[in-house]
Amino acid sequence: MIKYLIKRILWMIPMLIGISLISFFIMHLAPGDITSSEASFNPKASEESRQKLRELYNLDKPVIVQYGLWLKRIVSLDFGNSFASHQRPVLWQTKDKNGNIIKGLIQESLPITLLINLIGIFLIFSISIILGTISAVKQNSIVDRSITFFIFVAFAIPGFWLALLLMYWTGVMNQWLPISGLHSLDYKSFSQVGQFFDLLKHLILPVSISMLSGLAGISLYVRNGMLDVLHQDFITTARSKGLKEKNIIFTHALKNAILPLITIIGLSIPGLIGGSVIAESIFAIPGMGKLFYDSVLMRDFPVIMGILTIGSVLTLIGTLIADIGYAWADPRIRKGLVK
Amino acid sequence: MKQFYTLLFSLIFLISCSNNNSEVIDYNDNKISAGGTLINAMSAEPSNLISMIAGDGASSAIASKIFNSLIRYDENLNFTDDIAESWEISDDQKTITFNIKKGLKWEDGMPLTSSDVYFTWKLITDPKTRTPYGSDYTIVSEVEIPDEHTFIVTYEDNYAPALDTWASLEILPKHILKDEDINSTFFSRNPTGSNYYKLGDWVSGQQVNLIKNKNGILGVPFINKLTSRIIPDTSSQFLELSAGNIDLMNINPIQFKRVFPAKPKLKNKTSLYKEMGNGYTYLGFNLKRKPFNNKKIRQAINYAINKQEVIKGVLLGLGEPISSPYKPGTRWNNPSLKPYAYDPEKALDLLKEAGYEMSSENYLTKDGKILEFEIITNQNKQREMTAVLIQRRLKEIGIKVTIRVIEWASFVNRFIKTGNFDVVVLGWSLSLDPDQFNIWHSSQQGPGQFNFVGYENKKVDMLLEEGRRELDLDKREKIYHEFSKYLLEDSPIVYLYAGYGLTAVNKRIKGIKSPAPPAGIYHNSYDWYIPKSLRRNELSDK
Amino acid sequence: MSIFKGNPLTLIGFIIITIILFIAVFASVLSPYDPNYIDINSILLPPSFEHLMGTDGLGRDVLSRMLYGARISLFVGFVAVGIATLIGIVLGSIAGFYGGWVDSIIMRLVDIMLSIPTFFLILAVIAFLTPSIWNIMIVIGLTSWMGVTRLVRAEFLSLRQRDFVLASIVMGTSNRKVITKHLLPNSLTPIIVSSVLGIASAVLIESGLSFLGLGVQAPTASWGNILTDGKEYIQFAWWLSLFPGLAILITVLGYNLLGEGLRDVLDPKNK
Repeated sequence: MIKYLIKRILWMIPMLIGISLISFFIMHLAPGDITSSEASFNPKASEESRQKLRELYNLDKPVIVQYGLWLKRIVSLDFGNSFASHQRPVLWQTKDKNGNIIKGLIQESLPITLLINLIGIFLIFSISIILGTISAVKQNSIVDRSITFFIFVAFAIPGFWLALLLMYWTGVMNQWLPISGLHSLDYKSFSQVGQFFDLLKHLILPVSISMLSGLAGISLYVRNGMLDVLHQDFITTARSKGLKEKNIIFTHALKNAILPLITIIGLSIPGLIGGSVIAESIFAIPGMGKLFYDSVLMRDFPVIMGILTIGSVLTLIGTLIADIGYAWADPRIRKGLVK
Repeated sequence: MKQFYTLLFSLIFLISCSNNNSEVIDYNDNKISAGGTLINAMSAEPSNLISMIAGDGASSAIASKIFNSLIRYDENLNFTDDIAESWEISDDQKTITFNIKKGLKWEDGMPLTSSDVYFTWKLITDPKTRTPYGSDYTIVSEVEIPDEHTFIVTYEDNYAPALDTWASLEILPKHILKDEDINSTFFSRNPTGSNYYKLGDWVSGQQVNLIKNKNGILGVPFINKLTSRIIPDTSSQFLELSAGNIDLMNINPIQFKRVFPAKPKLKNKTSLYKEMGNGYTYLGFNLKRKPFNNKKIRQAINYAINKQEVIKGVLLGLGEPISSPYKPGTRWNNPSLKPYAYDPEKALDLLKEAGYEMSSENYLTKDGKILEFEIITNQNKQREMTAVLIQRRLKEIGIKVTIRVIEWASFVNRFIKTGNFDVVVLGWSLSLDPDQFNIWHSSQQGPGQFNFVGYENKKVDMLLEEGRRELDLDKREKIYHEFSKYLLEDSPIVYLYAGYGLTAVNKRIKGIKSPAPPAGIYHNSYDWYIPKSLRRNELSDK
Repeated sequence: MSIFKGNPLTLIGFIIITIILFIAVFASVLSPYDPNYIDINSILLPPSFEHLMGTDGLGRDVLSRMLYGARISLFVGFVAVGIATLIGIVLGSIAGFYGGWVDSIIMRLVDIMLSIPTFFLILAVIAFLTPSIWNIMIVIGLTSWMGVTRLVRAEFLSLRQRDFVLASIVMGTSNRKVITKHLLPNSLTPIIVSSVLGIASAVLIESGLSFLGLGVQAPTASWGNILTDGKEYIQFAWWLSLFPGLAILITVLGYNLLGEGLRDVLDPKNK
């Protein structure tokens, strides 16, 4: 097992290089660069000055040279500066000579996305465990079917459509919730507690929407896991010993059924930092999804590469955790892996 | 099942219900007073507030409220004072002398003088500055600042668009920027300006707040604070407007013509404004390709397109057909020119003259090949719809058209730059200066240059060169009227429409000129005000 | 049909899918109008007897566009999933059967693909290929095979330890035969289930791509682009978003119910 682990971790280095190389070339496969944005298609902007910009950004060099330059910087953890947002650092803040702090793009977007996704995942897991357990215990009953039906409906609704309907209902028709944004306009004048509740109020809709599509998968996972466990010998033994059904489910079965969820948690780590462009556009939330999308449209290469690099590191760690969890949960596979 | 029904019912409920909140606000209060906050929505965040480097619409919208230029356009699009109170053009038309107002101050109280102007000129012409707009200023051969209040520029050759270029260069403060690297300075997120407003605070990705600048060189506005909320999705913007959370947004023709009339409550609290827009949409031929090198074919297609139908279908009538690349109603527009009428028969005649015949499958053919081409355009709903309407009309006279919609950067690099296209649907701005050299002169056809349709006409070349050198407005007008005539006749592009700019503004905002002057409704935004009774309960509004 | 016994949801799913397939196949017969017929004098009409689902921004009949859209949306789903499943089966079989360095390389490739956001791949490919219906299907397919690969590999790994497989290997059956005769047929259930569920996701992905303007392009109708057109007027022209929204919901729901039902019935663990 330890040998396997070391092997996997060593594998990560060539893989990271592979991913960055592939990403870099895909990025350059799509035609255009920072000088071909819609705003620069302007007769007042001459081709010579655009050429000059290309030279300043090293965009006139062959792709492989550009990749080399990027790789050289990234080994010293320098993610570079954005082309599109006036040389702002991609990752982390820097200080200029007058002591002004210039915040990094990822530094500003990541906490927002992380917050929404953490709340979302927490809710998904809590609700799914409840729904999945009920479903399994009441297998094939009306309750089981209703739950299955409900979680599939939640999965099947096009998110942005539901989002707009809910925004209209809760924001325009009845002014219960704010429509978009993260804060009220004058939130800075609120107390700390006030600011917290203000943020919470703004997060209700985005978190609910992002949660809906995730419920189905995890609930079913818990349900099926629970069914497996309920049919196993030790449960039957417990039953025959005359233990209360409630006890059996909550102390013995549930624990065993949700252990494999670790695998899924591993796989959802990269998802934590990748926001959704669509939800973020609709709710006017400046998160990672929108940042990435805009960067791609603007061909803001340093930002694209920065986000992809961080994303792939997390994904690799996530899949590693998932694989280990999987192997640990299923001895048959462990054998296969070790061999 | 129950959950599902609840959900379904709430969906139906949601759609069928209308707003029952009946708060009665009297919008007839017109008492002018200073104060209040105007909240508007913008689709994108400004990239930085130094216009010469930024270039995106969001940045220049904010920057123009903070910075001044030497001169500006007035409401009728004539030049008027800004930093300079007056200007003189020498007899040989090569030298312009700007007389700068006395006692001007930056928002921090430092004096604003000719050395700031000189500094800004130096900056934009510095090869190290990452700006795409330098070329208009590098042609200045000599700059003098004999004293604090005079700025003199001399051109090698007469340059008629010169005044326009000085009206679009925003002057930056030398005392702050002289030791900064303009390409990365923090100033771009924390500027010091001289206009009506200054930056209050900027919450990344969410909002930009401008507050009244008491040292503003053109005066002090009524409204205290301008908040620009960044809401990328226009549907969300509209929901915010409906809920009264924002005061102002750009709307589309369907919202203007259909949604507002159908929503009396929303209509009661909102005023709608329309103004001549800043751009036009056209169908451009690749003149380097057969059969578009044939003028008759281009004219035939021009006759076969029903522009009124396009305007009615795409803009719900909220636009105008045009016949020259200038704003209707301005002096550069030649009023004697008329757009090509919709005349499919004439189109067919012209195509037959060019050797085409109707085949048995109802397509026009010549030498066994049917007349077919591909219209490409970028992802823009209106352009897509336009292409679809054109496709239908051209099919009726026997031309086979396919449509391809492409993401912008790919569109430019793969098709426009390489000249690898048949026909495009695109837009140009209706520029305030009539110079169209970069778009139509035969020398401007290189990759990345703007005469990508490949238009060549010696007379037009001459007129464009002449127009650049002539600073006398009346003579210049004649030149461009003549130019427009040739351009229309040659039909390298089909003018489709110039759409109106449409804006919805909450009725609490007063003082907006209607009908809008040629310069648009924003022109007098510093004269807008919010009567006390109509303001929001703003804690921050002191 | 024993599949539907005991679980009405599976039956519901089956009925939904049958109806939708029927609609897609007979769209041209069922449509009251030409889906691309433009009538600028009847823009955005609410539902009436003439136009049961109203008209859109160019006066086109929404019902007809919905019917033809069913064709496109389902077609995209089927072909995309077909491509993904094919790639998944081939790579998954190889990895699961041979193991060793081949397995390592394939699985690392899966990891690489999983760590590059799908949307980025799609955007790059579309920017390069331009978004025709075919390209969208290919792109969705090329970016969603990783799940199937993992699945097939896992099945193979556990099947390989079974006696009957070991026996036939010992008996000297060729590798190809072992794969096609023993391993694949026994892995078919999860593959079918995941394909059915995959179609559901592809329909949703197409609508998401449409939202970003990267989906099926004008003038071809797909549910995704009708819905995207309609979102702008959600409080006014509700018919433009309600019908495609519900259509997507019902279809995706149908595939999911069917897929899960199949899994329940075919999976021996649940018996």
